[in-house]
Amino acid sequence: MTEALLFKDIDEPGLSTLDVYKARGGYEQLRRALREMTPEAVLGELEASNLRGRGGAGFQMGKKVSFLPKGTMDKYVVCNADESEPGTFKDRELMQKCPHMLIEGIVIASYAAGASRAFIYIRGEYVLQADILDAALNEAREAGFVGEDILGSGHSLSLVVHRGAGAYICGEETGLLDSLEGKRGNPRLKPPFPANQGLYQGPTLINNVETLCTVPAIIRMGGAEYAELGVQTSTGTKLVSVSGHVQKPGNYEIELGIPSREIIYGLAGGPPEGRSVKCWFPGGSSSPVLTGEDLDIPYDFDSMAKAGTMLGSGAVIVVDDSTPILDVALKVAKFYRHESCGKCTPCREGTNWTMKMLERIDNGEATPMDIEIMASVQEHIIGNCLCVLGDAMAMPIGSMIAKFRDEFEAHIEQARARNGLGAAAASESALAAHGAPLAGVGAQPAGPYPSEAH
Amino acid sequence: MSAGVGGVPRYHGSRVPGWDEPADLSKDPAEVPDPASTAVPEELRAEIEAHMAKYPDRRSATLPALEAAQRVHGWCSPEAIEQVACVMRLTPGYLAAVATFYDMLETDPVAPHKIYICTNISCGLCGADELYAAVRDAADESEFNVRSFECLGACDIAPMASVDGVYVGPLGLDDIPQLLDDVRAGRPVLPDKQLARRLVADPHANSREYELHPAQPGSGPRAARPAADAEQERGA
Repeated sequence: MTEALLFKDIDEPGLSTLDVYKARGGYEQLRRALREMTPEAVLGELEASNLRGRGGAGFQMGKKVSFLPKGTMDKYVVCNADESEPGTFKDRELMQKCPHMLIEGIVIASYAAGASRAFIYIRGEYVLQADILDAALNEAREAGFVGEDILGSGHSLSLVVHRGAGAYICGEETGLLDSLEGKRGNPRLKPPFPANQGLYQGPTLINNVETLCTVPAIIRMGGAEYAELGVQTSTGTKLVSVSGHVQKPGNYEIELGIPSREIIYGLAGGPPEGRSVKCWFPGGSSSPVLTGEDLDIPYDFDSMAKAGTMLGSGAVIVVDDSTPILDVALKVAKFYRHESCGKCTPCREGTNWTMKMLERIDNGEATPMDIEIMASVQEHIIGNCLCVLGDAMAMPIGSMIAKFRDEFEAHIEQARARNGLGAAAASESALAAHGAPLAGVGAQPAGPYPSEAH
Repeated sequence: MSAGVGGVPRYHGSRVPGWDEPADLSKDPAEVPDPASTAVPEELRAEIEAHMAKYPDRRSATLPALEAAQRVHGWCSPEAIEQVACVMRLTPGYLAAVATFYDMLETDPVAPHKIYICTNISCGLCGADELYAAVRDAADESEFNVRSFECLGACDIAPMASVDGVYVGPLGLDDIPQLLDDVRAGRPVLPDKQLARRLVADPHANSREYELHPAQPGSGPRAARPAADAEQERGA
């Protein structure tokens, strides 16, 4: 990569203030966009850039903007800064160190979308970052970059920093909208999609912090030139947050399409000496895991999808061979169980039962059949809820069961032996003893489960 | 919940404790409180009103208003909810429903200093569970509200904690006494370990060497933010 776009000199002292940001060309793109370009031209550049959303779903931002109905009405831009996907901390860095880049991006995006109100929904835990954003916003208001008739262009925008109060589900776009409207953050049925009926029932553009931060760079370079970065269907640069068992955890800006090995070993230094990569999440805890054999897969949206996983938010969590896979699965299941909003049954019950079954394994009460049941529970969650929170547990747990089945089985046997239930104790007698509480899982009668039942 | 086999807790029905306690149907639901008989501290009222003015729909101010009331009362007590309901012209029931949804809004009395310890995957891989157990043991419950929290978005300093909103890490077990002392004394918490000071990990990001950023000031309940710029918002 020739030059960092988002992280360029990100630690320059005072960059969070307007003076330093302006001194290095900040708000110049806003001036150009609002004074020299029509909203259609700005939208054209966004579409030409092929920029895909950096929040998780990877939907093309230009397309999202173009879905908003035209005409005069109350339209909204919402910046999703509720960064709660386990392993993700890239937006935190951007908001803390370069808040004006986000504000500039939001104003340009609102110009393209024809929106006059915008909100930044930041998670409540990010106290420092929200305070910095508030201060930056005040500066931007005073300088006339936000407010009435910005730079004499006729475009007006009010911008509010809204602090959440700790709920993962509020990072889901419709849950976020409900939360922003002052309700419990329950996701909504889609369609209608937010582009048609979002905040206060008005057309709403929702984008991630990193996506909006990229907008000024796209205006500066031109969409076509930006699209030359990265690979054909995954253009541009991406921030990756690397954490877990690596020597140099942190945020890195990469050009999409580089080999994953370069991120985990090249940039983050790989696992500690003498350890090797057992599995890794390529895009936060919601993405199906990959193993040490998958390190040569290019890190871009489509290559990850082809490998059966997803790039998600760009959070690489590395697990080395010292950790039992069951521990990882339990952490994942516990998290989604806690964060399920409880609205849809497959997610509320599926996350709960999955966690309980994993605990059964750890406590030496499970039989190999439990793995089948657990895998079947995951299949029954996917696609059956209003939002993808349940899927976000089902996909990684399902992938762990598929890729580490031997280890799950060995764990069951070891834990049973510890409990005095060796391999000699046939699974049927174990079921006779423990089957009843499980009967609720698959609505099966107590007794041996036919493995082909699902 | 019953004991179950091998001491594993078994839940029946909903997992929410108290879900089957009957509601008192002889009582009418609480209505929007009467301003004449509900005393609201002037500063709290001003802050909530400033928040309401920022949004097209006043209900959007629910979260900031509850957060403000929690700062004043220490938790979302019935009294705090009553006061917010009075200013926002909403029923206490509506606000209680919202407050119970969010992890950072406390619906039971808690100690004044909050220590959230991330025990999610990345921190867990780096020893967060041991850290959480040790902090729980070391911290006095009447002084510290120690909670295990889901991913706080600072996996680069794992294992980490948010101490009254200040992120610190990576924490070792030997950092705990200093951490608790700093909070008690109102000093900046473990200044050398604060996230605010860290430079970005990417070696290609910065073209020059930069010094570490300044540490965040002392902990303690955050001072009330000045009523936000409602004036500018109203016109827009």
